[in-house]
Amino acid sequence: MTGVELLNWARGPGLQIALVVFIVGVAIRFIEMWLLGKSPDFAEARGSAAAGGWRTLFTRSLPMPGALKRAPLVFLGGYVFHIGFFITFLFYAPHILFLRAVTGFSWPALPAYLIDVIGLVSIAALVAVLVHRLTDPVRRFLSRTGDYVAWAATFLPLLTGYFAYHRLVTDYTTMLALHVLSFELLLVLIPLTKLMHTFTFAVSRWYNGAIAGRKGVKV
Amino acid sequence: MGTSLERGIQGFIEQVDRPTASFFESCVRCGMCAHACLFYTETGDPKYTPIYKLEPLRRVWEREYTLFGRIKKWLGLSKPVTEAELKEWEPLVYDSCTLCGRCSLMCPVGNDIVYMVRRAREGMVAAGVAPDGLKQAATRAVKIGSPMGVQLPALKTQIAKAEKETGLAIPFDKEGAEYLMVLSSAEIIEFSEIIPAAARIFHAAGVSWTFSSDAFEATNSGIQIGSSDIATELVSRIVRAAERLKVKYVISPECGHAYTALRWEGPNLIGRPYPFKVIHIVELLDELRAAGRLKTEGMEDEKLTFHDPCQLVRRGGVVEPPRNVLKMVASNFVEMEDPGTLNWCCGGGGGVSSNERADELRLKVFSRKKTQLDQLGVRTLVTACSNCRDMLEDGLEHHRMDIKVVGLTEMVAEHLKQ
Repeated sequence: MTGVELLNWARGPGLQIALVVFIVGVAIRFIEMWLLGKSPDFAEARGSAAAGGWRTLFTRSLPMPGALKRAPLVFLGGYVFHIGFFITFLFYAPHILFLRAVTGFSWPALPAYLIDVIGLVSIAALVAVLVHRLTDPVRRFLSRTGDYVAWAATFLPLLTGYFAYHRLVTDYTTMLALHVLSFELLLVLIPLTKLMHTFTFAVSRWYNGAIAGRKGVKV
Repeated sequence: MGTSLERGIQGFIEQVDRPTASFFESCVRCGMCAHACLFYTETGDPKYTPIYKLEPLRRVWEREYTLFGRIKKWLGLSKPVTEAELKEWEPLVYDSCTLCGRCSLMCPVGNDIVYMVRRAREGMVAAGVAPDGLKQAATRAVKIGSPMGVQLPALKTQIAKAEKETGLAIPFDKEGAEYLMVLSSAEIIEFSEIIPAAARIFHAAGVSWTFSSDAFEATNSGIQIGSSDIATELVSRIVRAAERLKVKYVISPECGHAYTALRWEGPNLIGRPYPFKVIHIVELLDELRAAGRLKTEGMEDEKLTFHDPCQLVRRGGVVEPPRNVLKMVASNFVEMEDPGTLNWCCGGGGGVSSNERADELRLKVFSRKKTQLDQLGVRTLVTACSNCRDMLEDGLEHHRMDIKVVGLTEMVAEHLKQ
């Protein structure tokens, strides 16, 4: 298979398969979670559950007081690669063209040289969190195969994107095909791994805030 | 497979609800919860990472409630939780978790980890896997009426003593009183100063109150060991007494878990709202203060600090009332580092204080409280939970620290305007 053929497959059937697995998989995970339900709370509320839920959904993006000092690398590495990943994904001109083709929406792009720098910084941050996961006693102890799979699935689109942009390793077309395929792998793995937190973090933050909010506690 | 293991797994299955599933779905194993837990910060042992304590529950959730987990189970690719594993996890779920809930504040994806530990204990108890000390406390609570084996005559003796000391009649089984006062066993045996203190304060503030001979024990070993059946039985005793006496309020004493049991879990355990309200004694003192009914004179002038009971602040929402009340009688009140909802546990909550096996670990992790207190250089530590008080005294003695622990209600009573 030539680079062009691979790219055509990735952009055509590959993308369709990945999108179906992604959408159906995420839907299944949400449904099986939703069906579990929650018991009613008969204790007289002191505060508003909904207000607490919405509050924590946003405030939990900031570290708890003292946490930054206790585990700086987890927080800084985490912030940099999350923000960097989403900027490169959402604000690189060719990505916006792709997203417009899939969703119908489009928005202004950031300059390519800026995306290049942010991409590189994100790659560095991901390498740092991987090294931390392999060497720090707590992270190493908790990690399972799935954690490394999820790491690789996040890392590969950034790496192949960087290679394609700079015409490194192999010809542009093949590298672009690998880049699209790595993105499709990421889509497929979201419902199959902890990458599902992309969506469920909103539910868990909401419940945490709501449970505390009823008691009049801000968490 | 033993039947007790089956009951345990079934217990886990029943405990998984939508919030639990969302928490397990969201965990990225970043390990931040470790840094919120004093059992990790004071030992450096990764096995004390809070989310790891939930591994048996997580595996049951994955096998039973996720499509991919069920496929893996069907293909024989995942192992069921074994009895040996439950036993291995027992010290993690009980000895090294005080249900303090600090981890639930730390988690970046927002997991309420302690919510799940409380639920995991239901499965552990169903499998019969729980510390002996806690099992015995729960058995005494159900059979005798108190985890420490305290019975009505002991309370009556303390009340007679308090009546003699204060010259006030302490009401018993008074129908139509506004408030029903319940106590923790520790307050009847060790910290009985609370009884004359409450009598004097309520008399001065004109509060209509009573004790009940049917329900005077507020602590709830069922909540701590994680048995809803036992917890329901213990809460129901108070509910029945409150309904019979037609009180408007039940006063939760200076005991953190009693407050959680009565205020937040109780109505859900009995499956209906109460016809009365539950108020913590410190909340009541603050209400009396705000209404101008609590009048004090004189101040404690030496530097002192307040230890926040976890169940009162982080799990209970009573943060400002103790501070408002303390400031009435203390001129030099200073906050510890991480006050209020950020507080660090005394180390003995969540049933750890009833579990002798955990003593060594509990005293080791008291180093967190020691560090907080050393930073302030205080000689007096005020709190509003008799279990915290007991644990603090034990920890201070073990670490050879010369600090006096005082209950907030008693401190207020000493400054009542004559």
